[in-house]
Amino acid sequence: MADNVDEDSPDRIKAGDYVVLKRGDIFKAVQIQPKKKAMFEKQWFLPDTAVGQLYGSTFDVAPGGILQPRKPKDTEGSTDANEAGTDNRHILDDGKSQKLTRDDIEILKGQGLKDQEIIQQLVDNSSTFRDKTKYAQDKYIKKKKKKYENTVTILRPSCRILAMMYHGREPGKICHMRYDMLAQMLTLANIHAGSKVLVFETCAGLVLGSVMERMGGYGSVIQMFPGGGPVRAGVESFGFPAHFHDTLHEFPICHVNALLAGTLDTACKDPPAASKPSVASAEEEQNPPTAEPTSCPEELKMEAEPTSCPEELKMEAEPTEPTSCPEELKMEAEPTEPTSCPEELKMESKSGAEKINDPEKEEREKRIEAKAQERKVKLEEKRKKLASAAALLEGRNADGLVIASRFHPCPVLLGLIQFLSPSRPFVVYSQYKEPLIECFTKLKERGGTVNLRLTDTWLRRYQVLPNRTHPLLLMSGAGGFILSGTTVAVDDSKPANSQRAEEPAAKRQKVDGR
Amino acid sequence: MSFVEYSDLIQDGDVAIVYLGPESMMPVKVKQGAQTQTRYGVIRHSSDLIGRRYGSKVTCSKGGWVYVLHMTPELWTVNLPHRTQILYTTDIATITMMLELKPGAVVCESGTGSGSLSHAILRSIAPSGHLHTVEFHQQRAEKAEEEFKEHRVDRLVTVRNQDVCKDGFGVTGVADAVFLDIPSPWEAVRHAKAAMKRQGGRVCSFSPCIEQVQKTCEALVDQGFEELSTLEVLLRVHDVRTVYLPLPDFGPDETAPQTSVALKTTTLPREMPGHTGYLTFATKPRT
Repeated sequence: MADNVDEDSPDRIKAGDYVVLKRGDIFKAVQIQPKKKAMFEKQWFLPDTAVGQLYGSTFDVAPGGILQPRKPKDTEGSTDANEAGTDNRHILDDGKSQKLTRDDIEILKGQGLKDQEIIQQLVDNSSTFRDKTKYAQDKYIKKKKKKYENTVTILRPSCRILAMMYHGREPGKICHMRYDMLAQMLTLANIHAGSKVLVFETCAGLVLGSVMERMGGYGSVIQMFPGGGPVRAGVESFGFPAHFHDTLHEFPICHVNALLAGTLDTACKDPPAASKPSVASAEEEQNPPTAEPTSCPEELKMEAEPTSCPEELKMEAEPTEPTSCPEELKMEAEPTEPTSCPEELKMESKSGAEKINDPEKEEREKRIEAKAQERKVKLEEKRKKLASAAALLEGRNADGLVIASRFHPCPVLLGLIQFLSPSRPFVVYSQYKEPLIECFTKLKERGGTVNLRLTDTWLRRYQVLPNRTHPLLLMSGAGGFILSGTTVAVDDSKPANSQRAEEPAAKRQKVDGR
Repeated sequence: MSFVEYSDLIQDGDVAIVYLGPESMMPVKVKQGAQTQTRYGVIRHSSDLIGRRYGSKVTCSKGGWVYVLHMTPELWTVNLPHRTQILYTTDIATITMMLELKPGAVVCESGTGSGSLSHAILRSIAPSGHLHTVEFHQQRAEKAEEEFKEHRVDRLVTVRNQDVCKDGFGVTGVADAVFLDIPSPWEAVRHAKAAMKRQGGRVCSFSPCIEQVQKTCEALVDQGFEELSTLEVLLRVHDVRTVYLPLPDFGPDETAPQTSVALKTTTLPREMPGHTGYLTFATKPRT
């Protein structure tokens, strides 16, 4: 194992890494930070005590929250009794089969007994254990293990793990997207290295991160975001290398109309006045999310932020830490919250100490100046970012589009599909089927797409054990729906509804016949 | 065109999809001077295809028109020539995610079969990954190799004509993921383990029958694999349509002149594929 330390080093847990804690089927994403406690499955510990250990290791939680790597052979206890009954005809439920009381168990725990030893005690003190069938004994031990085992496994994050984690822990944050649906989306959108993909999501960054993982740092991803800034807490959890972030661009959805109309002025420092769209298509106007903030002045954005982001941010950041929130959000939040700007505070105290004559006024002026300067730099940065994202979009030659949000998908789809090259796939996820029916109908009216399919998947998991194989649980209906299709050149001679028999128009007469 | 890289224009030597309808597509090898017959008439490659943009509408000789689409693994799956039973996109999507495939991944697969999954794997691991695929049927192995060349992905894949249960994958200690779609996967589990990196990785086995799954799970546990999970994913395609629900006649009533109500809804097919196969996943721990 230690024959070659260099070879292992990429697989070792490092300080600052984003990792996933696992116990049973439960996952939790955290960042390894010095002395930072993690609470997981009713136990707390210090994840940084695992630094230097290998990914995939299982740890015992020792007193003081220290993680100790579990010896590989440790896991199978010596609890397998040879005696077993054949059926339960003589097992009576008198509630007295367990001789140990709650207090006894607490005392055992307090003595620092290993989980296996506690389970052994429980088995030894169960008067019915020996009469149980072998299967029932297994089940009993499994159940007790689940309760008393204080282990945790540390994994490297991946799309699979994070998608399962979000679906298990916080489905509301990812619009109840089941992981198999995310898998369908990534495949149906043909996400792969080297392409230029548009993503519009309000799934905490999970969808964005999954797209980035599949692109491996090749190509570009343009995140279209609503509100004041993109939410990327989920992306952080993937722990991508720095160069992945060079391929990530962002564009506020409130500028889409302007960009489509060709009136978006990214050269101007203050876009609000210039970005008013002169002509907006009728489709876009009836679209609530994009129509509302069309002009989207800088001030408005900032104001909108506290309501639209922090709430989400708080939720998203929970597995990590507030400080790990995306750069953009932090920056944008600053002007409204001066307290979060340590630089400024430092300056403030310094100038206050030096100047004696009218320090208050001086200080205030300086602060205002510094603030203005800072804001200017930030605006400039923002403008540059906007310009680069706009440049990527302007060619209207994107290779893929992925939409998964809590917004009505129809206007989003009809707006963003215009940035795609012909013969490129798109996928739209919605928790509900009805908006996708509308999308389907609107796309048919508009033309310019083929292969439209409204689908969902049905997932069933199995317990596979000798003589005990059966389906585990049924997960149907709660996974969401997907509309997928392929763009084609939009027909100029618009033959409205003359589309080839993709929709069964013939049925109408039959049913309608009066 | 390539399966792993988009291009805008149709070029000589490309494999394109001629789209006549959702149920009617055909793969076409684009060749200077060649012709393709469709039910809307003939398509002349030199004038109708080469140099045109993917996604454009092409008018055929009889005045009908078709779209020409850029190839993707998903379109290939529904258009490829079957040499065996194949895996479809729903299972492929699940496999890709659960095996954690991404650019740079090294994957072992057996059998190659008709190459439906192979193309999807290649798409996901390009440009820096590699696929080692094993097919014991010589003719199928050769045919697959030919296709990979034709689709310009041959640099990313090695086809080996051998029996995976006896001879393994022909590589050791290199794979991040292994996929098995063979009648007796349990006989290949130890080879799968040997093919994988010592850092560990993911394995998947596809089997139609539960007895195969049971044997495979036993073999996986024996070989020290962890995190076993068996699942099944099925696709439901919703047909979007307008239905008209007639209203009963309650007798003379001026206020209700309607006789039916239109409703935009979806219907599920009367019959659908109810089972493809069980997917068993596991993790190989570090050794």
